[in-house]
Amino acid sequence: MTDTPAPRHIPDRLDKPLSSAIFSWEALLVVIAILIFAVNSFASPYFLDPWSLSDLTFNFTEKGLIALAMALLIISGEIDLSVAAIVALASTMMGMAAQAGAGTPVLVAIGIAVGLGCGAFNGLLVTRLGLPSIVVTIGTMSLFRGIAFIILGDKAYKGYPETFAFFGQGYVWWVFSFELALFLFAALVYWFVLHRTSFGRRVFAIGNNPVACQFSGVRVDRIKFILFCLTGLMSGIASVLITSRLGSTRPSIAQGYELEAITMVVLGGVSILGGAGSILGVVLAAFIMGLVTFGLGLLNVPGIVMSIFIGLLLIIVIALPIVWRRLREGRFA
Amino acid sequence: MKNFLKYREIWLLAGIVLLIGLISTRFPGFADPANLRQVFNDTSILMILALGQMVVILTRSIDLSMASNLCFTGMVVAMLNAAHPAIPIPVLIVIALLVGLLLGAINGFLVWRLNIPSIVVTLGTLTIYRGATFVVSGGAWVNADQMSPDFINFQRAAFLGLPVLSWIALFVIALFFLAMTRTQIGRSIYAIGVNPTASVYAGIDVGRTKFIVFCISGMIGGLAGYLWISRYVIASVEVANGYELNIIAACVIGGISIAGGIGSVGGAVLGALFLGIISNALPVINISPFWQMAISGSAIILAVVLNARGERRQGRIILRKAEAA
Repeated sequence: MTDTPAPRHIPDRLDKPLSSAIFSWEALLVVIAILIFAVNSFASPYFLDPWSLSDLTFNFTEKGLIALAMALLIISGEIDLSVAAIVALASTMMGMAAQAGAGTPVLVAIGIAVGLGCGAFNGLLVTRLGLPSIVVTIGTMSLFRGIAFIILGDKAYKGYPETFAFFGQGYVWWVFSFELALFLFAALVYWFVLHRTSFGRRVFAIGNNPVACQFSGVRVDRIKFILFCLTGLMSGIASVLITSRLGSTRPSIAQGYELEAITMVVLGGVSILGGAGSILGVVLAAFIMGLVTFGLGLLNVPGIVMSIFIGLLLIIVIALPIVWRRLREGRFA
Repeated sequence: MKNFLKYREIWLLAGIVLLIGLISTRFPGFADPANLRQVFNDTSILMILALGQMVVILTRSIDLSMASNLCFTGMVVAMLNAAHPAIPIPVLIVIALLVGLLLGAINGFLVWRLNIPSIVVTLGTLTIYRGATFVVSGGAWVNADQMSPDFINFQRAAFLGLPVLSWIALFVIALFFLAMTRTQIGRSIYAIGVNPTASVYAGIDVGRTKFIVFCISGMIGGLAGYLWISRYVIASVEVANGYELNIIAACVIGGISIAGGIGSVGGAVLGALFLGIISNALPVINISPFWQMAISGSAIILAVVLNARGERRQGRIILRKAEAA
């Protein structure tokens, strides 16, 4: 009688003694989220109100949508610093179309198409010409936002159609905004793609060893190109939401979003060196960043001081497991 | 001659001469030595910053916190000057260097001792240092009338026909040139960028060297902080917001490879000058300054396309052949 071995489950990350379910990154994030939630509810009487909590979600849904695609890109070992500039360019194009009298469906199509086009441009430069993505996207970041500045200068576009306001200001059901619903839906899609499809497995594999992937018949460049397109697409969608929420477009729209989206991704446990990470972690990190900024906002802490907390959170959360491991191994220098 | 043309600095220099020539067709006074001296002086701070960033990039790291460091240190010296105008300027410069060094050392420590990737560390400190500026200043500005005349005029004083700011830039360029080509630490920095593993076997302490490069970029950020504030005579939380990417852009245009190990002092200086010339030229040839961002973006992409041609690794070529077969 021979035992047939059960099909082996290949984990996203190699098993380490510490990374059991209790000590997983996601568990750490859940604990942090609960802590911040508790502190917030004690610190402010206005926090535990359904509408307050609903407002809270607007702090992270747009950046979170970008972070979902960015997570896949970073897992594959690339990065896109131009996402906020794509938002600005897509918003500017939508503004131009709105001035020309375009209706809501056309505006949405333009926003998404511009995002997709910009992402494809990044992807072509990186995969066709074999350039490092960090440099390419620093360049396209200036280029895309630069075009928005050329078109708009110091002016602003206003006067979007009334129906257009739904995407950024509308509610699907009770306190659940369209933005939140879209974010959760997108998170589900990205979770499925990354953790349940062969495409997702290839993304992890490319991040771990692109050369071996190439020799194993994985079309590394094509997958990277698709990931850049996806990141552009999500930036286009985010642009529709932001433009709709603000009801106006300036070339400086979404300034600094790229670093916040990357912070979410890294805080979510995605390795900046590629090859490891999970969508659940990114979603949790998005919630945590929303909780921190909203909670501090209720306490009248200025936005710039909040950024200290976000920065500290990023470094401490990354450093904590490293320090912990060293302490256990007793070789902390 | 062929060897001579291999240096990408020569091509960049040729590009800059061509650019000045093009601008001169629209505005003849631009190539005037007096005007070029002015452009050099305007670009001094960016050149200094690009050199600080260069040593970090050479070791396969990146320092995104330089502009925030500049902002924080600038605010500290401006507030010191406003509160105690009697402190002599050289002492303030030393304080700026030390504050910058401290901020750089924090980055370096996290990269060295905790092995956190530099892009994550400096992404965090980018927001922390700028936030700290708000905390120390309480959100208030330090205006020109609160600064002592010495504080403002020190860098503007003419010395042998050039402002002190230009001399500081020339001094820093010379110092970096000597350090990168003639000292052990300079060669170690290149070695780490080319091959970290081989560097360890060659007896180089990779972590400690990375710590040192972050200290260098920190000190440069601090020095630039004083120079920036005394040049634009306003210290606020918004100072040099987003400038970290301009610094990296200057390095990239100057041919410094983001993959580490490739780049030179001349390249960083020329890369900064290229951006400086564009920003100085646009107003005089009647192009809206709103074009500047798109032009420098295009320049970065073009530079990286041209530079990448010389950097292809052997492994890639084998793969291309395998694909074709």
